[in-house]
Amino acid sequence: MALKMVKGSIDRMFDKNLQDLVRGIRNHKEDEAKYISQCIDEIKQELKQDNIAVKANAVCKLTYVSVSRWPAPSTRIGYLAASQSFHEGTDVIMLTTNQIRKDLSSPSQYDTGVALTGLSCFVTPDLARDLANDIMTLMSHTKPYIRKKAVLIMYKVFLKYPESLRPAFPRLKEKLEDPDPGVQSAAVNVICELARRNPKNYLSLAPLFFKLMTSSTNNWVLIKIIKLFGALTPLEPRLGKKLIEPLTNLIHSGISVLAPIPAPGTLLAPCGPQGMSALSVAVLISLSSGMPNHSASIQLCVQKLRILIEDSDQNLKYLGLLAMSKILKTHPKSVQSHKDLILQCLDDKDESIRLRALDLLYGMVSKKNLMEIVKKLMTHVDKAEGTTYRDELLTKIIDICSQSNYQYITNFEWYISILVELTRLEGTRHGHLIAAQMLDVAIRVKAIRKFAVSQMSALLDSAHLLASSTQRNGICEVLYAAAWICGEFSEHLQEPHHTLEAMLRPKVATLPGHIQAVYVQNVVKLYANILQQKEQAGEAEGAQAATQLMVDRLPQFVQSADLEVQERASCILQLVKHIQKLQAKDVPVAEEVSALFAGELNPVAPKAQKKVPVPEGLDLDAWINEPLSDSESEDERPRAVFHEEEQRRPKHRPSEADEEELARRREARKQEQANNPFYIKSSPSPQKRYQDTPGVEHIPVVQIDLSVPLKVPGLPMSDQYVKLEEERRHRQKLEKDKRRKKRKEKEKKGKRRHSSLPTESDEDIAPAQQVDIVTEEMPENALPSDEDDKDPNDPYRALDIDLDKPLADSEKLPVQKHRNAETSKSPEKDVPVVEKKSKKPKKKEKKHKEKERDKEKREKEKKKSPKHKKKKHKKEKEERTKGKKKSKKQPLGGEAAAGPVQNGAPEEEPLPVRGTSAPPPRTCDIRGSLQEDSQVTVAIVLENRSNSILKGMELSVLDSLNARMARPQGSSVHDGVPVPFQLPPGVSNEAQYVFTIQSIVMAQKLKGTLSFIAKNDQGATHEKLDFRLHFSCSSYLTTTPCYSDAFAKLLESGDLSMSSVKVDGIRMSFQNLLAKICFHHHFSVVERVDSCASMYSRSIQGHHICLLVKKGENSVSVDGKCSDSTLLSNLLEEMKATLAKC
Amino acid sequence: MLEESREELMRFMLLFSRQGKLRLQKWYLATSDKERKKMVRELMQVVLARKPKMCSFLEWRDLKVVYKRYASLYFCCAIEGQDNELITLELIHRYVELLDKYFGSVCELDIIFNFEKAYFILDEFLMGGDVQDTSKKSVLKAIEQADLLQEEDESPRSVLEEMGLA
Repeated sequence: MALKMVKGSIDRMFDKNLQDLVRGIRNHKEDEAKYISQCIDEIKQELKQDNIAVKANAVCKLTYVSVSRWPAPSTRIGYLAASQSFHEGTDVIMLTTNQIRKDLSSPSQYDTGVALTGLSCFVTPDLARDLANDIMTLMSHTKPYIRKKAVLIMYKVFLKYPESLRPAFPRLKEKLEDPDPGVQSAAVNVICELARRNPKNYLSLAPLFFKLMTSSTNNWVLIKIIKLFGALTPLEPRLGKKLIEPLTNLIHSGISVLAPIPAPGTLLAPCGPQGMSALSVAVLISLSSGMPNHSASIQLCVQKLRILIEDSDQNLKYLGLLAMSKILKTHPKSVQSHKDLILQCLDDKDESIRLRALDLLYGMVSKKNLMEIVKKLMTHVDKAEGTTYRDELLTKIIDICSQSNYQYITNFEWYISILVELTRLEGTRHGHLIAAQMLDVAIRVKAIRKFAVSQMSALLDSAHLLASSTQRNGICEVLYAAAWICGEFSEHLQEPHHTLEAMLRPKVATLPGHIQAVYVQNVVKLYANILQQKEQAGEAEGAQAATQLMVDRLPQFVQSADLEVQERASCILQLVKHIQKLQAKDVPVAEEVSALFAGELNPVAPKAQKKVPVPEGLDLDAWINEPLSDSESEDERPRAVFHEEEQRRPKHRPSEADEEELARRREARKQEQANNPFYIKSSPSPQKRYQDTPGVEHIPVVQIDLSVPLKVPGLPMSDQYVKLEEERRHRQKLEKDKRRKKRKEKEKKGKRRHSSLPTESDEDIAPAQQVDIVTEEMPENALPSDEDDKDPNDPYRALDIDLDKPLADSEKLPVQKHRNAETSKSPEKDVPVVEKKSKKPKKKEKKHKEKERDKEKREKEKKKSPKHKKKKHKKEKEERTKGKKKSKKQPLGGEAAAGPVQNGAPEEEPLPVRGTSAPPPRTCDIRGSLQEDSQVTVAIVLENRSNSILKGMELSVLDSLNARMARPQGSSVHDGVPVPFQLPPGVSNEAQYVFTIQSIVMAQKLKGTLSFIAKNDQGATHEKLDFRLHFSCSSYLTTTPCYSDAFAKLLESGDLSMSSVKVDGIRMSFQNLLAKICFHHHFSVVERVDSCASMYSRSIQGHHICLLVKKGENSVSVDGKCSDSTLLSNLLEEMKATLAKC
Repeated sequence: MLEESREELMRFMLLFSRQGKLRLQKWYLATSDKERKKMVRELMQVVLARKPKMCSFLEWRDLKVVYKRYASLYFCCAIEGQDNELITLELIHRYVELLDKYFGSVCELDIIFNFEKAYFILDEFLMGGDVQDTSKKSVLKAIEQADLLQEEDESPRSVLEEMGLA
C-alpha cells in the first residue's frame, strides 16, 4: 500500500499541470486536435486514480479544455465548473478571454447566457477590461434574456474596471426604460447599487426613478428604488419633500393594496399582522432607512414597526427591531418612546433578537436613562447562558457607556464600579476591554483617580482574578490596568504598603508575562511613593522594611520565563539593593527614586503621529542609503546571520510595494496601542456616534461634588449609585424648581422654556463629577482630519465618477484593434468550426438512425418473445417450464458463498407446457453465479413431474458472440453437454454450467435444447425441449450496500451518464415498489425521504449504478446514473417492464 | 479580501442537510478554498444549533445570515450589512419554489442526484448575487430551453461524457 502511494506521487511528478497543458497546446499548433485528445486520454487516466490531488489537477485541466477549446456541447458544464473553481488568482482565466468572447457572440442565446453567468463568478480586472465592450454591446441585444444578464454583469465589470462606467452609463440609463420588465429591474438594481455608494453622481436620475416608483408594480423594483432614494434624499432636501406623499401612501397601502398575499400552500407565509405580505413588510423596512425627514410619516412608520415587533412571528420581530434601529439613526426621539418594548425584547429566547434589541439600546441611551438601562443589562449579564451572548452584553455595556466620549455618563464612580462588577464575570474573552476602559477613565478623568485607585487596589487584593490567569484575554487582563493605575497614581493610595504586598505575592508569577511586566514596573512606582512618605514622616525603619520586602520578593520575577519580566526585575532588583546600601548609611534616597517617575504622562491621540506636517525640504521617499545593486538577488543572499541585518535595509522600499506590509504593521501598531496605557484610543465605534463629540472646551471643569462618597468600603455596588443619583437629581430638581419659581414670578409666562416640560431633558442633569476629559495631544499645526475617514482601499471609491461630463475620446472602451483584425480574417479560421458544425448534424442523424434501429430491434424482440411463448403453447407439451435465474456472487477469493444469495428476476412467466406423448413436467431453475469477472455459472434445476424416468439428458446451447458456454475440452460447439444424472419421476436435481460473457451492458438471450429419453412402462421415447436462457442486465448486478456519503461522492465525481424513465398508472405503495426493485433488480436503498429514494447497485464488472426513484400521485419516475450509458438504458428498460406490472 | 468585504449583494449561498452535509455552495465573491471550508463549517454549526421557532436571521462575523429550513435541508445565504433580510428570505423561497417546480415535489435527494441542475437553476435566478428575474415562469422557461439545447448537443458524445464512460 505504502509502495503504491509512493509510486503514485512519483508518477504525479511527471503529470502535466495546467501550465504544461497550455504550453503544450501552444507548441502543437499544427496538430492541436490530436494533442488535445492525447491530453484528454491522460486526464481520463488521472481521474481514475485515488490521489485526490491528481484528480483535482485533472479536473482543472478538463475545465480549461472544455471552456476554452471545445465547442458547444460541454459549454454549460464547463462554465459551471469554471464558475465553481476559478477565482481571480487562477492564471488561466487570462487565456480563456478569447473563448469567452466567442461564446458571448454565439448565435445561441443560451450559450451567451451561460458564458455571462460564468463570467459573473470569475471576472477579473483584465477580463473586465477586455470584455467590457463586448458586454456593453450585449446590453442592446435583441433578446431580453441576454440584455438582462448583460446589464447585471456590468455591475461586476464596473467594480473591476471603473473606467468602463462613464462610457457604459448612457446605455445603462436607457435600460431603465426597457420594454422588458426583467431588463428594467436589472438596470434598477445595478444603478441602485452604484448610487448607494456615490449618490451625488446619480441625482440627475431622480426624476426618472420617481416616475418608476409611482408606476412600478413590481415590489422588488420598488424596494430597490426606495433604497436608492434613501441615499439621495440627504443630498437634495427638495426630493425628500416630494417623496413624502408617495411614501406615506406606500406605508398605508403596505397593509392593504400592496399586499399580494402569498398563495396558499407556499412555504413562505410570514404573513404579517393584518395580512401584510412579506414583500410589503420588506417595503416598510426599506422605507425605514429611506424616509425623508418628515415627522408625521416617521411616526407612522414607527407605529407600524411597533406592530411588527409585537407580532409573534420571530422574523417580523427581528425585522421590526432592525428597521427601528435604522430610524433611530436619524430620528432618535421618535424611537426612544418605545424603550419599554425594546427592553422586553431583551428577554427573548432568540439570541438574534436580543442582539438587535441591544443594538437599539445603544442609540437610545441618554444621560437620564443610562443608569437604568445599564442596570437592566447587568441583570441580563447575570442571567445569560452561554459566554458568547454574555460577552456581547459586556461589550455592549461598555460601548453604550463609552460612546461619544462618555457623553452620557454623569457619574464616573458609578461607571468604575460597573466595570469592577464586570470583572466578576468568569470565562469572558473581553478582559482587555474592561482593562482598557479602566485605564482610559483613570487617565482622562482626573477627578476620579482617587476613587479608581481605591477600587483597583481592592482588585489587586482579591484572589479570584489571579485564579483565572490561564485563559487568554481572560478577565485577569484587568489586573494589568489595576496594577498600572495603582502604580501611576500611587499618591492616592490609602494603604500603599498593603497594596505593595498584594502586588508582590508569589501567586502573581502565574499571570501572563505582559501583566507581570507591568506589575514589576509599577511596584517600583509604588515603592518610590512609600519611600517618600516614610522619609517625610521620618520613619526610616518603615522605609527599610519596604526595601527589604522588595529585595525578598523580586527574585521570583527575576526567574521568570518571560524576558521582559526578567529584564525589568533584575534591573530593579539591583536598583533596590543599591538603595538598601544607601539606606543602611542613612542617606535619604526618596527624592532620587521618585525622580525616576517624575512628570505626568499625557495621552497622545492615535492619529497624532500621522498628523505631524512634513517639514519643508524633507523628502520621505528619498533613499537614505542607496539600494544595493540588483544583481544581488535574494536567493544569492549569504545565509550568515549577521549579514542579514545589513542587507535587509535596502528592502525597505518606499510604500507602493509594501501595502500589505504596511497594513500589517498598522494592525500591529493598533494592537500595541491597545495595550499601551499612554495611548488614548479613539472612541470605540466612531461610525455609530449619533451626535458630534463635544469638544473639550464644552466640558466645564468644576469642583468635585462631595455629596458622593469617595470611598465605598469593599467592592462597590453600582446600585447604590443609582439610588444616590436619583436623590441627587431630586435635590437638583428641587433647587431648580425653586429657582424657576422665582424666575417665573419675574418672567412672563409667554416665554416657555424647554426645561419647563414635565420630563426633564438631558441638559438639565448636571454631571455629579465635573470631568476634565483630557484631550488627546495633537502636534502643533496638525493637518485637518477630514481625509482620515476615507479608506483608500474602498473599491467603490474608484466608482466615484462624474457621469454627466461628456465622454472624452480617451475614455472609449478598449476595442482591441488587432483582435478586430483577427475577427475580420476569421472566416478562414472559422472554416473548421463551420465544418464541425455541419458534421454534427450528420453525426446526430447517424445517432438518431442508430437509435431508431435500436428501437426497432427492441420492438422486434418484444414481438418475438410472445411469439416464442405462443410457439411453446402450440407444442402443447404438458410440462411446466419455470425459468428462473439466480445468480450468486462469490467473493473474489474463490470461496463459495455460504448460501446462494437469491437476487434473480423471473425471466419468463411460468408457462404451461403440455407434452405430447410423455408428460414429464419439470422446472428449470437457472441460477447464475459469478466466478470471475466475466464468467457466470448457471445452475439449472430439473424436476421431473411426469411418470417416466428421464435419462440420457443432453443440453445444447447455441453460443452467441458475447456469451459462450464453457464445454468440456475437445467437444465441439455443436455437441450437447450431458447432464450428469438421471431423473426418476418426481425427483429434481441441479446441473451447473459455466458461461463466459464478454460484455454485460446488454441483455443476452441464448437458445438451447434439452434432449432426453423418457422411459416408462410403454417404452422409451426420445424427446426435446426448447428453452431460452435470458441473461437480463439486472442479473449482472449484485446487491451492494452503499452509504449516503459514498453515494454523494460518487455522484459528484461526475463521470456518470444519465438517463431516466417514467411509468404511469402505478398504484402500488412506494414501500412495495422499492422492495420490488430491490428484489428483481438487485438494488439496495441508500436513503429514503418520503416518496423519494436513492438506490445503488454494482455490476459484476464494477459499474456503479445510482438511481433516484420518485413517486408521483399515479406515476413513478426513475432517474439513473451509471458509468455506462448502455447498461443504464437497458436496466431502465427492464425496470420499466417490472414497474409496468405493478 | 478585507477591501472587498464591503461588497454589496449576496456573498454566498449554501444548502446543507440537517446532518451537516453540504449539498450545494455558490460563492459570489472569490474566496480561497481553505477559507470556504472554514466558513462553511462554522456557519453550519451556528445554524444547526438554532431551535426551530427562532427567527431566520443572525449575525455572523461581519455578515448577516438568512436561513430557512425546508424539510431536511437548510438554505442559507450570507448578505452584507446594508441588504434587506426579508428580500433574501423571499429569494430563498423563490429558489425553493423554482426547484420544486422543476423537479416536481423536490427533496434533498433531488439535489444530491441532480446537483448540476440545481446550480443551473440558481444561476438562472441569481447572477453575481443579484436577482436576475423575479418571474418564476421565465426562469423555468430559460432552464428548460437550455436543457433541451444541452440534450441535443450531448447526443453525439461530448468530451466530458466520454470521460465519464472511460
